[in-house]
Amino acid sequence: MHNIIIIYKKELNSFFTSPMAYIFLVVFALINGYFFTNTFFLYDQANMRALFSIVPLVYLFFIPAVSMGLISREKNIGTIELLSTLPLKEKDIVIGKYLAALSLILLALLSTFVHYFTLINVGSNVDHGAVFTGYLGLALLGGVYTAIGIFASSVTENQVIAFIVGIAIVLVFFMMDKLLFFIPVSLTGIVQYLSTEFHLSNISRGVIDSRNIIYFGSIIGFFLTLTTRLLESRKWN
Amino acid sequence: MIKIENLTKDYGDVKAVKSISFSLDDAQIVGFLGANGAGKSTTLKMITGFLSPTSGNVYVDGKNIIDDCIDIQKEIGYLPELNPLYTEMKVYEYLKFHAEIRHIVGEDFRKALSKVVTDCSLQGVVHRTIGNCSKGYKQRIGLAAAMIHDPKILILDEPVTGLDPNQIVEIRELIKKVGKEKLVLMSSHILQEIQATVDRIIIINNGEIIADGTSKELIEDAKGLSVITLEVENAEENTIQDMKALIPSVSVKSVEKNENVTRILIEYSNNSDPRRDIFNYAVDNKWVIMEMSVTKRNLEDIFRNLTSKEVTADA
Repeated sequence: MHNIIIIYKKELNSFFTSPMAYIFLVVFALINGYFFTNTFFLYDQANMRALFSIVPLVYLFFIPAVSMGLISREKNIGTIELLSTLPLKEKDIVIGKYLAALSLILLALLSTFVHYFTLINVGSNVDHGAVFTGYLGLALLGGVYTAIGIFASSVTENQVIAFIVGIAIVLVFFMMDKLLFFIPVSLTGIVQYLSTEFHLSNISRGVIDSRNIIYFGSIIGFFLTLTTRLLESRKWN
Repeated sequence: MIKIENLTKDYGDVKAVKSISFSLDDAQIVGFLGANGAGKSTTLKMITGFLSPTSGNVYVDGKNIIDDCIDIQKEIGYLPELNPLYTEMKVYEYLKFHAEIRHIVGEDFRKALSKVVTDCSLQGVVHRTIGNCSKGYKQRIGLAAAMIHDPKILILDEPVTGLDPNQIVEIRELIKKVGKEKLVLMSSHILQEIQATVDRIIIINNGEIIADGTSKELIEDAKGLSVITLEVENAEENTIQDMKALIPSVSVKSVEKNENVTRILIEYSNNSDPRRDIFNYAVDNKWVIMEMSVTKRNLEDIFRNLTSKEVTADA
């Protein structure tokens, strides 16, 4: 735990010493703000639905961008050798970095709370429960995409490649639900179960089912384990 | 303290390190010398746990690198080749990061920090961003980070490469000072650098250890290594050839005739001195000696000789 916290602090620090974190937060808030206020003035509607459906799309590009450097950069500038020869487990390195990136994503998500307060002030019949589960779903989705992002970052030492690989894998999970039509009937069950959209829509509807939580947890665990194994494998090159 | 047993590393078909064994004791500075690509860095990376050996093992105080990697890493301070650093950090933050991982906090950290800052002369840059420091400073920052936990073993991969002569002297002095109480294993492909600093030299070539000892021992061990340059007038071709038969301890390496001056290179083993015989022989044959000088081979030649021989034998 001690080591995870140190890596976490170091990583978060490096996000905020470069302009990247600030640009990310501002652009994230702007894009989501645009989609929220769009319907707000046009249709005199104030709801979170538009926001909740746009955030996964914004994630699609933003999360791979945030996580692309996590490990690839260390490989590129050679500091991975430093990190690997300190008395640290690979697992600690991966979890510390993962949590740091996830914190940045959650912070960005937090910025959309502004719209929730607008809603409380101008709206009526606000379904607080649905807003809560909506945010929970988005947080879990962020967790999955970040895990995929850190995995993509560990396969290469080139940040651009890490970004593209990250988007590609995230896209697969994102699209699965929409491609069910083209898939043999015998496989639809499995493919649907694997798609993030399916579980996200369940949670967003206000149903917190342990099956959905387990799904998100296991996908996160799967990619983090894969990343750790990949980091360990450098020893045997 | 460190015992290396049949350490081997293959990169696919390439055998980078071929079953090497040696052991190192406390408080000595050991130079690990070899041409680029000889297997130095690979060996150091295996000792520090960055790479796993294909076979063989590294023992540090009875622990081995395969089963107790983290325990061994706690005892080692390592400066990797090319000295990678987090350039966006401040020097102070960087050292703090290393200290925290080593569980050095609070008062202990303040003490450790002031010790490495003094040892590595970093007073002027502690609050500067690493990326803005000069190369010499960066090297010392890397060294300071490796020493922050006062390790028993310090492993430095090419610590002075790319520094200017003044900086080299500074780092060398620092290593010498540290080597009084720690085991320092430093690698280099430049002989002078090693020769000036270390107590013991291990020469590695093509993944094999080809020499091991103090620089004095290495020079004495090397055989047939002195050369006499002889310039004479009036030397006939056949009398030059006869010389070898009459003075058995010498061998004629080359003969170069320029008008009536002949330049002869004669090699002889260190345990005899054939100059008297050569002089007498020259007098008998009515040669006029213009020049006779002895070149003792230095470690540089020995190094070149040892490493190039292996390459040609392999090819």
